[in-house]
Amino acid sequence: MTDSPIARVAEATPPGVARRLRGLSDTAIAWIFVAPTIFLLLAINIFPLIWTIRLSFTNFAANRPGREVEWVGLRNYERILTDEGTWANMQTTAHFLFWTLFFQVVLGFTLAWLINRKFRGNDLATTLIVLPMMLSPAVVGNFWTFLYQPQIGLFNYAVELLTGRPASSFSMLGPGGLAKWSIVIVDTWMWTPFVMLICLAGLRSIPDYIYEAAEIDRASKWRQFWTITVPMVLPFLMLAVLFRGIENFKMFDMVVLLTGGGPGNETLLASIDLKREAFEKWRTGYSSAYAIILFVTVFGLASIYVKALNRVKER
Amino acid sequence: MRRSHHLAATAATALALSAGAAAAENLTLCWAAWDPANALVELSKDFTAQTGHTMTFEFVPWPNFADRMLNELNSGGKLCDLLIGDSQWIGGGAENGHYVKLNDFFDANGISMDDFAPATVYAYSTWPKGTPNYYALPAMGDANGWFYRKDWFTDPEIMAAYKEATGQDLREPQSQRELMQIAKFFQGREIDGKTVYGVSIFTERGSEGITMGATGALYAWGFKYENTPGSYDMEGAVNSPEAVEALEFYKELYDCCTPPGYDNAYMEQSLDAFKSGQVAMAMNWFAFFPGLYADPNVGGDKIDFFVNPPQNVAASTLGGQGISVVSYSDKQEAALEYIKWFAQPEVQKKWWSMGGYSCHKAVLEDPNFPNTAPFAADFLVAMDGVKDFWQEPAYASLLLAMQERLHNYVVAGQGTAKEALDGLIADWTEIFEDEGKL
Repeated sequence: MTDSPIARVAEATPPGVARRLRGLSDTAIAWIFVAPTIFLLLAINIFPLIWTIRLSFTNFAANRPGREVEWVGLRNYERILTDEGTWANMQTTAHFLFWTLFFQVVLGFTLAWLINRKFRGNDLATTLIVLPMMLSPAVVGNFWTFLYQPQIGLFNYAVELLTGRPASSFSMLGPGGLAKWSIVIVDTWMWTPFVMLICLAGLRSIPDYIYEAAEIDRASKWRQFWTITVPMVLPFLMLAVLFRGIENFKMFDMVVLLTGGGPGNETLLASIDLKREAFEKWRTGYSSAYAIILFVTVFGLASIYVKALNRVKER
Repeated sequence: MRRSHHLAATAATALALSAGAAAAENLTLCWAAWDPANALVELSKDFTAQTGHTMTFEFVPWPNFADRMLNELNSGGKLCDLLIGDSQWIGGGAENGHYVKLNDFFDANGISMDDFAPATVYAYSTWPKGTPNYYALPAMGDANGWFYRKDWFTDPEIMAAYKEATGQDLREPQSQRELMQIAKFFQGREIDGKTVYGVSIFTERGSEGITMGATGALYAWGFKYENTPGSYDMEGAVNSPEAVEALEFYKELYDCCTPPGYDNAYMEQSLDAFKSGQVAMAMNWFAFFPGLYADPNVGGDKIDFFVNPPQNVAASTLGGQGISVVSYSDKQEAALEYIKWFAQPEVQKKWWSMGGYSCHKAVLEDPNFPNTAPFAADFLVAMDGVKDFWQEPAYASLLLAMQERLHNYVVAGQGTAKEALDGLIADWTEIFEDEGKL
């Protein structure tokens, strides 16, 4: 007992400190431990959020320190919500979000299902599949820019090989409507392994005896898949969708490197637009309102989704 | 706020005058990362030798230059003691108190703006525009010009083919329309067993590229920002029939005559396209011309240069920068010494000889100047007709609005030229209303 870590700490505590601590209640000690975290949370999360809300009702511009700041009420919100450009950017974001999630879920689950079957080279295949996820988005953005290059890019040559269409006759990142699909392809390539890993964890968590019981009941493989595999993997899959959804809603770096939001505004996601408003045009008040709108959107959607996730888990 | 900066500047000037040379400092000079910056590093060694002040350089690639430096200034950063900032920053630099006002310093040290080319003083130094309030010393004159494959233009077979195709002689284009005609002729042509293209032009979306490129056409058609200077009265000027025609021209040039995948190209991509032998003609800033002429593959006898061709009027897009002392610097005294040293005619001559474009009359008005480089005479012509973008404090917002409108129309093919320019007026009007100027 005297050798236990607690006893050693007690012995090492100076008598004065020990005396003072003895006078504190459990609640007080708990507050002492929690206070630094709460303070940090308030300082770097809550205070900036409140400050941003305040700024969103003004015409403040961070690059114009000498200019008088005016209270503009809801004007910034009104401008954003009635701006066709903003809605177009939200649609672009929704397109990116929907299709990346769709492809990543379908491909990620399929890959997990295949990897979960025992075969030679299983480990090597898993390692190779997860490689893209380990790369930096900046690296991915840069090298896919080269892959998509119409004159020297491997992607265009692969398309030429498969379809016969000349490589230099189309530009994946240029005008013609392909750019928004190009960013979906790259994000899917990079993050499908993440969804696969989560699905794999779900698949491996299903006890074998359930399948054995189903076999005894002469359930077909198809029936086993839909009544055992899918329902039991679903909470994991939904969690993956939540993570990827939040990540892709704020997607910035990879798309900036690939297209810069172009051509025109074809791939201008809401996060890129927000950055331009805040740090290139320096419309701080306007961009604060924009940020609040995006925050409420993602927070609202995530809350609804988490409720649905919990309901699935409870089943 | 501004008054305190003026006081600081005056105090610094007084200190410089009373104490003579300041104690040895390490000055940081901020600029874009490009060829002339390397020349300035070499040139500044003389300054260090003469004064004992050592120099550190912070060079940022062009696509990030404005972002990085404006962030630095807006946050009151002390990274830069001297800044060679873009001409359009002068309004914000002056009004927001980022730059030290140099009038007293110039007067006290015998530096006269009359010794510099008037267009460069107007563009790089003054705020409000054209008034004798100086916030920078003209440091690097520049304009958007053109270069072409002289060896192709003088190839008898190609010349004959061009004559047959157009009925005209192949020569340096004398108008924007002729430039397009030549570009169309070269587009897709086989030369030395390789497919080549007509032109590389600026189409970049993120910073300033497509605006700098398209204004080359707009100015040549007579584009104006306002009906009356200083009135912000843009209707009928920005979207005039000439401006619409010019923008349609630029889009057609992009559609007909650029290499595949050339949808987000600026200086670097233009240089790459030319140096790799892909294009017959290319636009870029004069600042790159010394390096191009020295290029072992496409320089020397294979290259020649020409000024932005006129259409209705002769005009070129202004580039270039002035050098300013940053008001947040703790080493203003030494920084002012650098300005004083840099303004000397002998230093300016050396600056030009090393690849920097001096704006000093001692250099530009030297009778031998046009013979000093194959592009020197063109530079003088270009600088005679330069036009610049808005230099307002809200220039960043104004520029991004134009970038968006032009890229949407020219590259993405959305809407018409008229719609793009009408939309631009709406954007700019909103910005000027926010600024309290309308």
